[in-house]
Amino acid sequence: DYDLIIIGGGSGGLACSKEAAALGKKVMVLDYVVPTPLGTSWGLGGTCVNVGCIPKKLMHQAALLGQALQDSRKYGWQYEEQVKHNWEVMVEAIQNYIGSLNWGYRVSLREKSVTYLNSYAEFIEPHKIKATNRKGQVTYHTAETFVLATGERPRYLGIPGDKEYCITSDDLFSLPYCPGKTLVVGASYVALECAGFLAGLGLDVTVMVRSILLRGFDQEMAEKVGAHMETHGVKFIRKFVPVQASAFFRSLHSMQNYFKWHMQNARAVWEGFDSVLIAVGRDACTRSIGLETIGVKINEKNGKVPVNDEEQTNVPYVYAIGDILDGKLELTPVAIQAGKLLARRLYGGSSTKCDYINVPTTVFTPLEYGSCGLAEERAIEEYGKQNLEVYHSLFWPLEWTVPGRDNNTCYAKIICNKHDNNRVIGFHVLGPNAGEVTQGFAAAIKCGLTKELLDETIGIHPTCGEVFTTMDITKSSGQDITQRGC
Amino acid sequence: GKKEYDLLVIGGGSGGLACAKEAAQFGRKVAVLDYVEPSPQGTKWGLGGTCVNVGCIPKKLMHQAALLGGALKDAQHYGWNIAQPVHHTWSVMAEAVQNYVKSLNWGHRVQLQDKKVKYFNMKGSFSDPYTICGLTKSGKETIVTAENIVIATGGRPKYPTHIAGALEYGITSDDLFWLKESPGKTLTPFVFNVSLECAGFLTGIGLNTTVMMRSIPLRGFDQQMASLVTEHMESYGTKFLKRCFPTKVEKLESNRLQVTWKNTELGTEETDSFDTVMWAVGRAPDTETLNLEAVGVKTNSETGKIIVDAGEATSVPHIYAVGDITEGRPELTPTAIAAGKLLAQRLFGQSSELMDYENVPTTVFTPLEYGCVGLSEEAAGQCYGSDNIEVYHAYYKPLEFTVAERDATQCYMKMVCLREREQRILGLHFIGPNAGEVIQGFALGIKCGATYPQLMKTIGIHPTCAEEITKLHITKRSGLDATVTGC
Repeated sequence: DYDLIIIGGGSGGLACSKEAAALGKKVMVLDYVVPTPLGTSWGLGGTCVNVGCIPKKLMHQAALLGQALQDSRKYGWQYEEQVKHNWEVMVEAIQNYIGSLNWGYRVSLREKSVTYLNSYAEFIEPHKIKATNRKGQVTYHTAETFVLATGERPRYLGIPGDKEYCITSDDLFSLPYCPGKTLVVGASYVALECAGFLAGLGLDVTVMVRSILLRGFDQEMAEKVGAHMETHGVKFIRKFVPVQASAFFRSLHSMQNYFKWHMQNARAVWEGFDSVLIAVGRDACTRSIGLETIGVKINEKNGKVPVNDEEQTNVPYVYAIGDILDGKLELTPVAIQAGKLLARRLYGGSSTKCDYINVPTTVFTPLEYGSCGLAEERAIEEYGKQNLEVYHSLFWPLEWTVPGRDNNTCYAKIICNKHDNNRVIGFHVLGPNAGEVTQGFAAAIKCGLTKELLDETIGIHPTCGEVFTTMDITKSSGQDITQRGC
Repeated sequence: GKKEYDLLVIGGGSGGLACAKEAAQFGRKVAVLDYVEPSPQGTKWGLGGTCVNVGCIPKKLMHQAALLGGALKDAQHYGWNIAQPVHHTWSVMAEAVQNYVKSLNWGHRVQLQDKKVKYFNMKGSFSDPYTICGLTKSGKETIVTAENIVIATGGRPKYPTHIAGALEYGITSDDLFWLKESPGKTLTPFVFNVSLECAGFLTGIGLNTTVMMRSIPLRGFDQQMASLVTEHMESYGTKFLKRCFPTKVEKLESNRLQVTWKNTELGTEETDSFDTVMWAVGRAPDTETLNLEAVGVKTNSETGKIIVDAGEATSVPHIYAVGDITEGRPELTPTAIAAGKLLAQRLFGQSSELMDYENVPTTVFTPLEYGCVGLSEEAAGQCYGSDNIEVYHAYYKPLEFTVAERDATQCYMKMVCLREREQRILGLHFIGPNAGEVIQGFALGIKCGATYPQLMKTIGIHPTCAEEITKLHITKRSGLDATVTGC
């Protein structure tokens, strides 16, 4: 019936569908959200729009505004001492905005003549899927080409009580009540970002970490991110092993969740929390969509789909994009880019492949961390320490001077390959607006940025980004990078 | 004969200090003279020059104060309960800013000491090509000789002395940042970035502010962007008197100022009273008392600035100049610093690297900031012909504006490229929050010769404003609606 059927209406799926439709093809998108154990569900748009980037950044902004309120007094603003945050007002405002995005997507698909079904899709035979909607009604559809873009969902701990009493990021962003005293289990960027903004809103937050923070990221930067959170009131429990979660009734009016865990090689500890947020990773939604029926291979360990450099699975007419790809970055812009380019290759005569090298990212913790290229450890592994020069600097955003906060906390680092003209192979910045700062540098890295070009470029004054144009001190010199003035 | 110093720098601002400290690194004997002639209103300040004392630093801090006022409004949409009324106290802000600036003055003195650079708080003038006569505040004279002399005296705000009362009753940016009391209802005539930036933050902290302009705002900048900036300021609350110019300023019994102006469009004369009139008619190079004619250092007859070659050398060998005082250079702190450092490296460090003044990025810190690098659309059209350039543009909405219910009408970006195959980027312009941070990295890209296809290959960081630059695809030529939605 269709030229293209896309399973999954998230960042990747929608981008691909709209591009294919623009090229004149008959396209269908199926999107279906299986409710969370607590019953949370959402509309069209996928993770990013509903339970990812968008609500996350808005709540992060709410927390940053809390900090701005404190700063403002030092800048002469005066108002009543007591300022409290109302969770429900924030969630309502955010959910309203998300609702407008869901609506916008439906309109956009309609305008581009993409057929949209709010149904759960499963392959039942080659080129054919069965679609089941909320009411249980079933329809069947065939297409010449399929794209899998089903994304992921949060993983649970797999210990008694986790699904009954704990929430995940899927639930947090639309939680109708304030999470209160929260335990965040995990040290992924999801865990740290959520812990960060919850603390910024004034909540009592504890983060439980099994080993390292932000696995896969530059560890020096990860530790600095964590250290800043700790300085600002987030409690960290490191090296734990969870045992059991269960709920006790405390009173007729409130119920706290008591969480029991083991410290490594020590006794069990109980502590009570209002909410327990599990953020230990995400699992690909590939297990129950009938992939075995048509022979699409998945990586059994993580459920992800291996593809070639044209996003094609082992079954020629089935492609995959986005978070479900094995070995690729789980980022909205990557999924969108991959989806668009795939459509153009399939139907637009293009041969441009998605460039996964030097993709920039930003972790929106209270102190934001932006990066592009290699982590220092990875660079050392790949090139050898003696072949690298690492330049670094602490910096103090001008706006933080008047309120007198966090001096010598923000940090900038670039890793250069000595044997390639001091080419910048790793860019890391810890500071406000890290995403805005990093974006342009990512473009420069794409154009072959070298240390010399950095030195030749004039900085914009006064900004944080300009620190990269005047970095003199190398790690190898051992010189002090403490800042003292303009 | 043997001179006392290898290098003498006249002017302890961004350029002068950078040059002096760099020269000292090479083990040279260096001295710096810095002296601040009080403004007509009597304002003066310490070591560090314009940027630190009456420029970038206090300007950005007061801009931040204004932005925080906006944040307070936003915060309520994000769930923060702030009891009304909220008001701003100038003196608290001014004291905090002035204290920080003073700590920087101190920091600079310590740095000079650490680097063994001799500092004289004296006003210098040339006696002969190798000799400077330094005058202290009390009138004491000191003679200093040096092998090489660098002039880095910068500039000071001009007064429109042809307007009656301008000098007696008006202030300039030199005074604004050091006011102990609120300027109150303020008028800022003429429109260089300084006046727009000041008018912007004054409005943001709740003051009744009017900008008066005779013709176009932000001369020299891309005019489409300049209009968007002023449009935003208007919706933000700053009043604009367009096509007007002041004719006289008088003092009223109440101590307020009565300003009379001509409205060239209506052909009428109008008046109104203000607490403060802040002139921003441009800056004049500080060369008057240097006695340049005596040693033959040539200046541009129109601007009064010192003429230098690509190596910052003046018409007199071994006398150099850096910073705002030099003809044809951008008046920016980072270029002065870079020029000063490179000069020292060439003089004492066996380097031959010259300063590159091409594609210098800059940002105007108005309430909605404007950052840019490279050519304006007009300049690109003039240089290459409008048929040979392609302009990609987009109106976007910062995510943070959504919940805050802020108007994003003027949030706009455009990329000016060559139309031919490679599509090299000639200029990038961005209006929005954190414009400086957004543009900095792209300025580097342009230094690397970035092309439009290369930028399109760069993956965006989501959600940010900057990522929209990597997604620009609608051309002006197509005539299509350039509004883009983030997600």
